[in-house]
Parts: sequence; C-alpha cells; structure tokens
Amino acid sequence: MKSGSRLEQLLSAGHFVLTGECGPPRDSSAEAVREKAKHLKGVVDSVNVTDNQTAVVRMSSWAASLILIQEGLEPNYQMVCRDRNRLAMQADLLGAYALGIRNMLCLSGDHQKFGDHPSAKNVYDIDSMQLIRMVKTMRDDGKLMSGHEMANPPKFFIGAAANPFADPFEFRVHRLAKKIAAGVDFIQTQCIYNMDKFRKWIAQANDMGLTEKVHLLAGVTPMKSVGMARYMKNLVPGMDVPDAIIDRLKGVDKKGQPGEGIKIAVEQIQELREMKGVAGVHLMAIEWEERVPEIAEMAGLLPRPQL
Amino acid sequence: MIVAERKPLNEINEMVQNANKVLVLGCKGCVTVCNVGGVKEVGILASSLRIAAKKAGRELQVDERTLERQCDPEYVDQVADVINDYDAVISIACGVGPQFLSERYPDATILPGVNTEFMGGAERHGVWAERCAGCGTCVVHKFGGMCPIARCSKSLLNGPCGGSADAKCEIDKSVDCIWHLIVEKLSKQGKMDLLLEVQPPKDWTTARDGGPRKVIREDLAQ
Repeated sequence: MKSGSRLEQLLSAGHFVLTGECGPPRDSSAEAVREKAKHLKGVVDSVNVTDNQTAVVRMSSWAASLILIQEGLEPNYQMVCRDRNRLAMQADLLGAYALGIRNMLCLSGDHQKFGDHPSAKNVYDIDSMQLIRMVKTMRDDGKLMSGHEMANPPKFFIGAAANPFADPFEFRVHRLAKKIAAGVDFIQTQCIYNMDKFRKWIAQANDMGLTEKVHLLAGVTPMKSVGMARYMKNLVPGMDVPDAIIDRLKGVDKKGQPGEGIKIAVEQIQELREMKGVAGVHLMAIEWEERVPEIAEMAGLLPRPQL
Repeated sequence: MIVAERKPLNEINEMVQNANKVLVLGCKGCVTVCNVGGVKEVGILASSLRIAAKKAGRELQVDERTLERQCDPEYVDQVADVINDYDAVISIACGVGPQFLSERYPDATILPGVNTEFMGGAERHGVWAERCAGCGTCVVHKFGGMCPIARCSKSLLNGPCGGSADAKCEIDKSVDCIWHLIVEKLSKQGKMDLLLEVQPPKDWTTARDGGPRKVIREDLAQ
C-alpha cells in the first residue's frame, strides 16, 4: 500500500468505489461541514473536500478535511495551484498528513476571474502535473522539491482530475497518460453528461492500457433543475451538457425536475458501472448532499463494502 | 515592443490640477510604434489638457516635447535646461520613462500619462497582443514557438487545462487557448512527443520573482 487509505484499499481490492464531495462553507462554521458529513457517512468511501472551488473563498480544505476525519469520514484533500506556491503547498501537505489526511487530489484550479476575488493575483508557480510529481517524490523518495530528505515523509494516495470534454479532444487521453507518467494513482473525471463522448474517451484510454495503470472514477453530478442544466451548459468552464439532458428535464414539471435529475444520475451510474475501465463513481451532489444516500441506494451501491 | 495605453484624460487632469505649467513628454521608441506616446499623441494630450483647463476656467500652460527615447540617459539629459521650469512633467513613455526622469531630475514632479501593459506585437492595425512575460529563460522552442507562460492564463507548462473549449480560454471567449494552438501545431508537425514529456517546475529565479533584474554586458560596460 502506498498510503493505506480506505480509498486505496478498496480500489486495490477491486471494489467499485463511490466517492462524494463536500464544499466547505464560506464562513468558519464547523457545524456546516458536520451537517454535510452526516449525509455522506457510511454512504460514500471517501469525500472530496474542495479547495476554494470556483475561486470562491471557503474554509481551507485541510481544515474541513480534519472535521470530516473527526466525524468518521475519509477525506480526499483537494489542492489547487492557483492560490499557493511550492513552499505553501508542501507545507500544507506535510500538515495535512500530520493531521491524518491520506488522499489528495491535484488540480490546476479555476481562474480567479470566476470567483469572489477577481482582482487577486494568481500564483501558478507549479501546475497540476508538477504537483502530482512533487507529491509522489515526497512519498516515494522522501524528498521535498528542494531535495531535502525527510525522516517522516507524507504518504499520500495521489489523485488528479481529467476532463474528457475539454478541447482539444484528441489530446485529452494523452493528458491522462501524462498524469499517469507524472505519478498519479487515481483519477476523478469532470461531471459526465455526454455519455457518448465519455465512451469514446474511455475506449481510447482502455486501448492505450491507461485504465490498467490508474484507478479511474467517473464524475456524476445530478441536476436539480433545468435551470441548473442550462447554467452548467453555458457558464461552467469545461462542461458538456447535451440538449437531450435539458429536454428531458424540461419534459417534467418544475416539482418533478429534481427527481428526474436524480433518475438520470442513477441511470448514468448503472451504465458507468458496466463500462470497462471505470473503477468507481465520483458523485458530486453540489449543495445537495442530503440526496446522496437515496442516489447510492437507487444505484444499488449500498451497503458500502467494509474493510 | 512594449505596449502601453493612454490613461483616461480625467485621471491625468486630476494629477495636474494644481499645476500651472506642464510639459507633455513623449518618446520615439515603442510607444510611438503602438500609437500612444509619440509626437502625434503628445500633441493630442496637450490639446486635450488645454481644452479641459479652459473649460474649468483655469490657467494652464502645456508645452510639448518628444525625446528619441526615455530609457537612455543621453536623451533624458536633453531636457535638463527646461525641466525645472515646469510644475509637472507628464511622461507618456512606458513605465521606464517616468522612472528614468525621476532619477535624473530629483526635484521635478514626474507623472505617468500611460499605463504600461505588456511586451507584445501588433496582430493587426490597432490590435496589440501579449507575447512575452520576460521570464528570463526562453523556452518557446519546446512549445511550437509559442509561450505558455505569457499566453496561458494559468502559465501552465503541461496544459491544456480542463477549461479549454473551442480553442478558447475559460477566462474569456476572446482569448485564444494557447495550449490548443500548441497541440494543434505540434500534432500537424508530427511532434506530439514533445508534449508527452512532463515539463518540470520552472526555475523562476531569472524572472521577476528573483528580485529586480539587471543585465551587465562586461564588454560594453567597461
């Protein structure tokens, strides 16, 4: 085992995993994190804790991760390259590991233009690829980027994202290969709505033997309404929402739309589960954690395996 | 060239509101090429200031002058005999100009009349775009002759990120995704292998992060 995390153990044992997501609050409320944790406990294998998602200031990812640990959940600590240089990143990684965090996810991060501090200076000292390699070097060689040898290196299970829907499409699978070469252990994809395109991408990844080298978790986000679907389609960078999804949500009355959105997500999960190369689902129910148990149940993913 | 943009007139007006005699000082270097700080623009700004002063009912003498360059002491020296006659000097050279003037003439009030934007070129008449971030270690040969440090919004060396759509950057549809162009070009040239290699973290010591920079050419500086 590289990290010994629950997520790593389950994936290594060949279980189809289910990960969830928790966006920390925009204030200092530990209670808000606990409230979200309540819905996810026993339902998902690990919970991603976002890092200033969409460039909006939120409680720090490591702090919210620690609250999840206190609540008996296993966090997947997200780290973006936008807000920290290599010194701050390594310092936070050491601290996060000291606090018991074992999974982490390396991301570029949305540009600050989208967030609540568009006038901020961004950092991007290193990029997500270099972050993966840095965390791997810390773990496997016991060295900081400076070359300093650590007596007690942090041993993370290293994740990264992949977006099969961004352009240029032909390069996307190569970017995945590059992340594997950099040292990633697991991948969580961007929310999938265009299943045809995803199938095409995963077939490429299978053909190149990439899904044998990395655990690939497919991203699913249930739509709450047709309004959300339109917003995702038009305003969220890197999102591909086919008209068929919008039409299907439009086809039911407003009250029925959340249920329809959940139905679509469940159907997707069932389809993804049968797909070669998919090792699990990353369920991002954005500000909708309370519906995760129901989705997991309907998708036949409960109870979760015990270690 | 260094590309600049004129500051809004009201901002410049505000800076000279207590002055009675000002000099608008242009530069025949980059800012002339990008139509912001040459002889012609000196004339336009001077006239605008005169009109604004007249409208406000106040006395303001505005003189005009344009130096060969404001980034060389020999040209900066050329205003030595007149500079102290002015309450303020508005330099419409890039940010180097007002600083060279301020250093050379410690008693003068030097004001910036332009905002210095970037190092770039004219894509077409009237449109300038950034090309170089001056990082001190050029690597464009690794990226099909295009610089991701200057031209990717996140300066990614292993792009493109997940926000690239239809060859445009996530920050704005008017911004090209440079990584899209890099991938496209190298793929056409059959050189995709260049992009499959993980680029290591950049050493920023030669960039601004290493502190203010200086180039000394021993053969010339003797």
